[in-house]
Amino acid sequence: MPLLALEDIRKSFASAEGAVPVLQGVSLDVAAGQVVALTGESGSGKSTLLHIAAGLEAPESGRVLIGGQDMAALPDAGRAKLRRGTVGLVFQQFNLVPSLTVGANLAFQARLANVHDAGFCTDLAARLGLSDLLARYPEQLSGGQQQRVAIGRALAARPKVLLADEPTGNLDEATGDAVFTLMLDLARAQGTGLLLVTHSARLAGQCDRRVLLRAGRLA
Amino acid sequence: MTLSALLSHWMRNKVQLAMVLVGLTLATALWSGVQALNAQARGAYATAAALVSEDGAPRLDSATGQMPQARFIELRRAGVLVSPVVEGRVTLGDTRVTLLGIDPLTAPPGTAAALADGDLQGFLSGAGYAHPETLERIGATDMSPAPSQAVPVGTVLVDIGTAQNALGMTGQISHLLLTGPAPRPMPDGLRLSQPETGAELAGLTDSFHLNLTAFGALAFAVGLFIVHSAVGLAFEQRRGLFRTLRSLGVSLRSLTLALAVELALFALLAGLAGLALGYVMAAALLPDVAATLRGLYGAPVPGSLQFSPVWALAGLAMAFAGAGLAGGQALWRLWHMPVLAPAQPRAWAMASGRAMRWQMLGAGLLAALAVALGLFGSGLFAGFALLAAALLAAALLTRPVLALGLALAAKAARAPVLQWFWADSRQNLPRLSLALMALMLALAANIGVGTMVASFRATFIDWLDQRLVAEMTITPRDAAQAVALEDFLAPRVQAVLPLRQVDATLAGQPGAVFAMRDHATFRDNWPLIAQVPGVWDGLAAEQGALINEQLARRADLWPGDSVALPGAGEVAILGVYPDYGNPLAQAIVTEGWFDSLYPGTPTRQLAIRTDDPAATRAALLDEFGLSAQAITDQAQAKALSLAIFERTFLITGALNVLTLSVAALALFATLVTLSGLRLVQLAPLWAMGLTVRHLAGLELARALVLAGLTMLLALPVGLMLAQVLLAVINVQAFGWRLPLQIFPADWARLALWAGLAMLAASAWPAWRLWRGGGGPLLRVFANER
Ligand SMILES: Nc1ncnc2c1ncn2[C@@H]1O[C@H](COP(=O)(O)OP(=O)(O)OP(=O)(O)O)[C@@H](O)[C@H]1O
Ligand SMILES: [Mg+2]
Repeated sequence: MPLLALEDIRKSFASAEGAVPVLQGVSLDVAAGQVVALTGESGSGKSTLLHIAAGLEAPESGRVLIGGQDMAALPDAGRAKLRRGTVGLVFQQFNLVPSLTVGANLAFQARLANVHDAGFCTDLAARLGLSDLLARYPEQLSGGQQQRVAIGRALAARPKVLLADEPTGNLDEATGDAVFTLMLDLARAQGTGLLLVTHSARLAGQCDRRVLLRAGRLA
Repeated sequence: MTLSALLSHWMRNKVQLAMVLVGLTLATALWSGVQALNAQARGAYATAAALVSEDGAPRLDSATGQMPQARFIELRRAGVLVSPVVEGRVTLGDTRVTLLGIDPLTAPPGTAAALADGDLQGFLSGAGYAHPETLERIGATDMSPAPSQAVPVGTVLVDIGTAQNALGMTGQISHLLLTGPAPRPMPDGLRLSQPETGAELAGLTDSFHLNLTAFGALAFAVGLFIVHSAVGLAFEQRRGLFRTLRSLGVSLRSLTLALAVELALFALLAGLAGLALGYVMAAALLPDVAATLRGLYGAPVPGSLQFSPVWALAGLAMAFAGAGLAGGQALWRLWHMPVLAPAQPRAWAMASGRAMRWQMLGAGLLAALAVALGLFGSGLFAGFALLAAALLAAALLTRPVLALGLALAAKAARAPVLQWFWADSRQNLPRLSLALMALMLALAANIGVGTMVASFRATFIDWLDQRLVAEMTITPRDAAQAVALEDFLAPRVQAVLPLRQVDATLAGQPGAVFAMRDHATFRDNWPLIAQVPGVWDGLAAEQGALINEQLARRADLWPGDSVALPGAGEVAILGVYPDYGNPLAQAIVTEGWFDSLYPGTPTRQLAIRTDDPAATRAALLDEFGLSAQAITDQAQAKALSLAIFERTFLITGALNVLTLSVAALALFATLVTLSGLRLVQLAPLWAMGLTVRHLAGLELARALVLAGLTMLLALPVGLMLAQVLLAVINVQAFGWRLPLQIFPADWARLALWAGLAMLAASAWPAWRLWRGGGGPLLRVFANER
């Protein structure tokens, strides 16, 4: 059974010209320990698909199954619980908690999910190059630094499914490669299903599988 | 062009616009409403003074308060220009009014003016004149006076013959008005007294008006907090727009000008609305204010409001001044903003960190000023300045103290959500701090004024019980009836204690000297706040006098000092007694001495001690034939005094509620304006697995926590306010000092109200968050960059 299963997902957004279809029947499985790269041009619906997979947004039709559990069948509290412990999401816009320090942000989701491990957290911070920044606040960081905090925050909670939206988009090539390698290593070691969006063909080439979103369907 | 770009912001943020306008409208309304009340009352004093004193004509009085009409004819014959007056209280309908009888032919011009447009024939035949409001109160009676605005409320002006008949004073007059030079030498048994100028009445009521004004100013300040926070937030939100406009080539000068024009526009709109609202509010409150002034000071104030253009202009000016004050900071910041000012919240937070240091410095300076005023200041003005300085200092300390409290809580918190809760509350404090300051001020004012009134009430009720020991009091019709009553009652009751008084100037203040019989009733019950040993024996032995607290405090006269009594020279002060509710100076001497000093003074009232009030009452009514109206029993007297007391503080209560609502409105305005910003702060938590319900609950909890902390801070501030009111303001304004008493149940009730106000203010944004579900939060991920 795949960890994450998307079945015939459809989604459109309302606009002045009427409903604009974005996703028109997307199906995708991610198994434990599998790393899937999602590519597609800007505006093709990658972020939308990730939000739907994380249960943040509901599809118009189709099903999202996490560990075989249908998201739509869960009450709001149940979906929230999945987000807390099972699904990790690294946002394109980072979405750090502005009132908490970098250190508190890193540990936050792990503590919410009750899987906090201080040693693991410190180790992650070191590997992400954040050790010197732990006392700062998010708005005192550069975009790339914020992005690494967002990745660290998701990894620290050790989710079963990790969804990452352009996790290296704001990083220089060397840092991006290091962070990417870290994510891959951890996913494979912990059996995490990893679905990540990237525009880099080179990085996509290192993944187990590569899918392209175009005209609302996977190619 | 620039202006329309600026104004378009308000079209998109209608709630914010409403808050600016509502805040300014309320501030103007409360301020100008209070001013209207004051102006109306002061105008009424002037009318009253003009008539009562008949253009400032001096009076000729006799010691007994009455003289035969023959004296008038005799003096006129001798060429002295005098006019007779008969004055007394009568009951018309169910209302007690003053009947003022004059002789229209010899009356001075001021009184004549009151008759100018009426017909003399009607007047002479007994109709008379009264203020329309008096007419309304007395309803239809056999005496039907014509309406006239020139007669003070509560007075009926009639021909002298009519008054003599109605008052049973045939052939007698009360006093003579001197319309020419004073006769020399003074005719036998007559005394020349200078007229009441109305300044006395104004002086006595000044404190009341100052209290009102202070409340108006407080409400105005709280209203400005709303405007300031709304304008400040709008400025923050339009930073990007300013930057765009500037980089498009709009000069700083025209941008600032456009912002100033925008403010002026608001001031004009809100000022006009505020005037209308203030007028309505004043008209609604005036009957109570008028009743208070009548009850407390006997000041005749009509209960209906008149419109004055000067008042309207002044109110509008206040609206402009308020808008300038509230928006000045935004204008100043715009003027100093570099073209490419960052729109980051961090820059704002840092600027407000600096602002916090300034606030603390300002608070320190103001606190020092308050202490200095408390130590070295004197007078009512210094008292209010002290209050203002202390309140402002406390307001400025609100944010640092709350920040400290939240930081401590964050340290103690273990669970991640709690940690976030405290840290996040603290981060949002700068944006909320103005509204919280307003809440703190409103709560402190409530605690302070509430404690003052409750302390006063407790002391007052005790005092009433001590002072009103006599089971009943009788008001005799005249001196002869007083003597007859005393003879009639003496064998039937335990004691008959006659009350006699003469008007007198004591230590330069208007007042009266009273006679007191040496009796256990007084020895055992009469409250004293300071005395020499053996005070009652000394009083009985004609060694000195008692004076009231007002006189003691105003003239700084205490036991051991002496005071000059008319006809007696300097008299030792044996004791000082509290005398609440009476603005005048008083002195008491023992009955025998009084009668030798002021012979022939009629008895005004008889206090009766009896075991069986019902039987005494029956005897008076059936056997003596006294009218029921002449008897006041103890319970009635207490009820009356308490009613006057309650009414006095009714307006205070109304203003308290208004101030608290204004603060709640400020909070609501701020929370609604912030709710967009909150989404950005809440979205990550939602994504990490907190439900919207949980988040909305936390928003409500935060509101409650902030209300609780603010209440904790307001408590000491309010007690300080009460102490200043009781020990400084009351002493200056009324002449009495009261002990501070603590009423924790009132605080609990207020805390409950504060919590409810805070919940009400935060309920809507929280509800929107909950109902909105994930949608608006998700949009944050899609749009926010
Ligand atoms: N809330 C929304 N309302 C209306 N349209 C939306 C909304 N969110 C996304 N869209 C539209 O849906 C389409 C897909 O958006 P999405 O953010 O998923 O693209 P993307 O593939 O992640 O693009 P990028 O690579 O630039 O991040 C876009 O055309 C976008 O304009
Ligand atoms: Mg995207």
